[in-house]
Amino acid sequence: MDILFTGLLLGGTYALIAMGLNLQYGMARIMNLANGEFLVAGGFGAFWFFTAGQVSPLLTIFIVAPVAFAINWLIYVVFLRPLVKRAKSRGQLEVDAILTTFGLAFFLVGLTLAFFGGDYFSYSYLARPVTFIGETYALNRVVAFFAAVVICGGLWLWLTRTRAGMSIRAIAVAPDSARLVGIDVPRLSALAFALGGAVTAVGGALISTFLTLDASTGVLFTLKALIIVIMGGVGDVRGTVIAALMLGILETFVATLIDPGLTLAAAYLLFVAILLFRPQGLFGRRQA
Amino acid sequence: MRADAPVLSLRGATKRFGGLVAVNEIDFDVAEHEVMGLIGPNGSGKSTTLNLISGALKPTSGTISLRGTPIGHLSAQEIARRGISRTFQLVRLLPSMTVLDNVRAGAVFGHRRRWGAEADAHAMKMLELVGLARRAHAHVGQLTYIDTKRVELARTLASDPKVLLLDEWLAGLNPTELTEGIALIRRLREEGRTIILVEHVMDAIRSLCDRCVVMSSGTKIAEGTPTEVLSDPEVIRAYLGDDDA
Amino acid sequence: MMTTTEYRNLAIGAALFILAACLPFVGGAYLLTIGVTIAMYTVLATSWALFSGPTHYISLATAAFFGLGTYTTGLGFEHLDYWLLVPLAAILGAALAAIVGVATLRLSGVYFVIFTLGLAELIRQLVTWGQNVSGQKGLYVLTDLTEVHIYWQLLVLAALVYLTGWLIGRSRLGFALRIIGDDEEVARHSGINTARAKVLLFMVSGAAAAATGAILAPRYIYIEPALAFTPMLSFQVVIMALLGGTGRLWGPVVGVIPFTFLWEAISASFPNQTTLLLGLCFLAIVFILPKGFVGLLTTIRTRMNAREAFS
Repeated sequence: MDILFTGLLLGGTYALIAMGLNLQYGMARIMNLANGEFLVAGGFGAFWFFTAGQVSPLLTIFIVAPVAFAINWLIYVVFLRPLVKRAKSRGQLEVDAILTTFGLAFFLVGLTLAFFGGDYFSYSYLARPVTFIGETYALNRVVAFFAAVVICGGLWLWLTRTRAGMSIRAIAVAPDSARLVGIDVPRLSALAFALGGAVTAVGGALISTFLTLDASTGVLFTLKALIIVIMGGVGDVRGTVIAALMLGILETFVATLIDPGLTLAAAYLLFVAILLFRPQGLFGRRQA
Repeated sequence: MRADAPVLSLRGATKRFGGLVAVNEIDFDVAEHEVMGLIGPNGSGKSTTLNLISGALKPTSGTISLRGTPIGHLSAQEIARRGISRTFQLVRLLPSMTVLDNVRAGAVFGHRRRWGAEADAHAMKMLELVGLARRAHAHVGQLTYIDTKRVELARTLASDPKVLLLDEWLAGLNPTELTEGIALIRRLREEGRTIILVEHVMDAIRSLCDRCVVMSSGTKIAEGTPTEVLSDPEVIRAYLGDDDA
Repeated sequence: MMTTTEYRNLAIGAALFILAACLPFVGGAYLLTIGVTIAMYTVLATSWALFSGPTHYISLATAAFFGLGTYTTGLGFEHLDYWLLVPLAAILGAALAAIVGVATLRLSGVYFVIFTLGLAELIRQLVTWGQNVSGQKGLYVLTDLTEVHIYWQLLVLAALVYLTGWLIGRSRLGFALRIIGDDEEVARHSGINTARAKVLLFMVSGAAAAATGAILAPRYIYIEPALAFTPMLSFQVVIMALLGGTGRLWGPVVGVIPFTFLWEAISASFPNQTTLLLGLCFLAIVFILPKGFVGLLTTIRTRMNAREAFS
């Protein structure tokens, strides 16, 4: 029971991070391998505001989100849009995007190392126990989970109920037809990309309340987010949430019962199983 | 002609995409040396049928057999090796290669596999057949539209297919090119090749096909000689809509 | 079948190898160290490009294969004859590549990148865990092999990789790969078993990387997971190969040599900024040299030819 709830709490935050990547890959069609770096940057923002001015991470996200949005929008316009324009095929764009975002990831890690060094950063926020059905949980995990739920819910409503959200989903399903019905694909792709970056950064700010981050952990989170996105199905919001919760539970399970050093190995094996048996994602329709 | 076992036969071939039935219980046979036209309005499932035969898609149910052997479950490459070769609705060439290398691809890996000088000679022969031998060493990027279509045709021919699938091979040609294109397919017909043509150009259907299968909304609605099916009231209704019937 | 140009290229290649083999007699210790690094990356980048060049799949598994090779030597050198270890590592590398290839090469390129990126990390975690359980930390590889021996072994391996690449280029497999690289759907419909072709090539590059790791293990003396499976290796190999260009067999080495010197200089003067500069290298390749030095040369040559044609 304890493992299940701790896993669910972790999975909730994962869902938020993976949702960010899914917006970028599923909707904007860019596999952003620098995604984890924005998570770390968001976490770093929360850390900095908390240690410098005792600002609650829950308030910091209102600063982190717009800043990350702006930076990601710029990245899309400056680096990625030229690639989208010059790409002759989907495959070529994929390769270029992978190389570019890897380059950006290294660049960002390098910047962080240069300015702040390779130290771990952690702080103590709401590190109080709360009791629920006879077991105790850290309050910061619970708070992060509920914040993630609220944001995921908001995103889902935005994607399903608003015109912009629905247009973005249309791009995910059929980019060519979307253009035909008058959707401004380039503008909305940039929007989806920027929004995805903002969501991931917010996830980073939340996760930093209970996990220790450092400059080099970004890539691990990118990997986890990718596993979740592929497991849940590219462009599928509901699948992402369920896959994230599953991964959270699996990791907690492995960390508690076997060895904390094997969490990524477990996630990876899950990924292999998905690739072998359901490459279209847990809930995706088999593409003909 | 009926006495021969058919080269290709479809029985109850069906393809569903989720709730949409794109091809619904299609039956037909193609005999040796026959040119069969597969016609019908846009979205009637002709190209999907062709994709089922060539292995680009797997049928949801029903059987497709080549000389009596079921091939519906096989992958595209296995079907190609067994002797079904196709062109694509939008021409697909190998952009980094010369005309000759494009055709060699068919000669080397297709139904009958050749290598080295034999493959080169065979590819050249195919280029002569489609009338493109003098451009053998040109880069495919330098070709005119009809010439790209010729290259693709030569590539499919180079594998010595038992059945040739042409997916709207005449589409998009200007009137002069169309005459040349029809003449080219007539030459293939005279060589005794077995061909399925998915086509919209009615002149071509009338002058080239021995028999036609007409599809509408995924179902076969008529079968017979071009003259028969094109005067069939149901076919006319399918093409023109109920209002005009 | 062989043309005069092919004989000439073969002769030039052989001459260059003999020249390279003489390096230990003329250069000092520093040059030899650089020589080992260049030989190592030549093998890794060339074998990487054999697979990734035509298929456009970006493999980040080099570190996984390399680490597998180092551990083969590390665990086996006390029990087996040293000369058996390198072929054994190559076989293990090919086997691992076959498993990874069968699982992922049917899927889109993005999945493959993620899979290979995670692979080194997965093996590293498993090895670390295994060592924690058994209470052993790292492995000592103590042999009487010197830097010169390692250098010559790497050169032989490089020659083998080039020979394999050259033979593949002349074979049906090579032609199949060129077709796959151009249009996979056409390849399938022409009767090419695309999955098999890709897996075979991936096995070649996996075997070469594992053999490289096995050869280099004695140089490290002490090996531990973080060293053997460093992801940085995979990224550097990708950069060098793309910098040189993957369109030709000799492309990657054109990237390896300048990059090795550049990297030596960078590591010496800006040891803390290596990650940042590596990132810039990636961006430079995509935006300035998308086809590498090979592509640049081809463009210059076509322009010159065009100018001659018009004058």
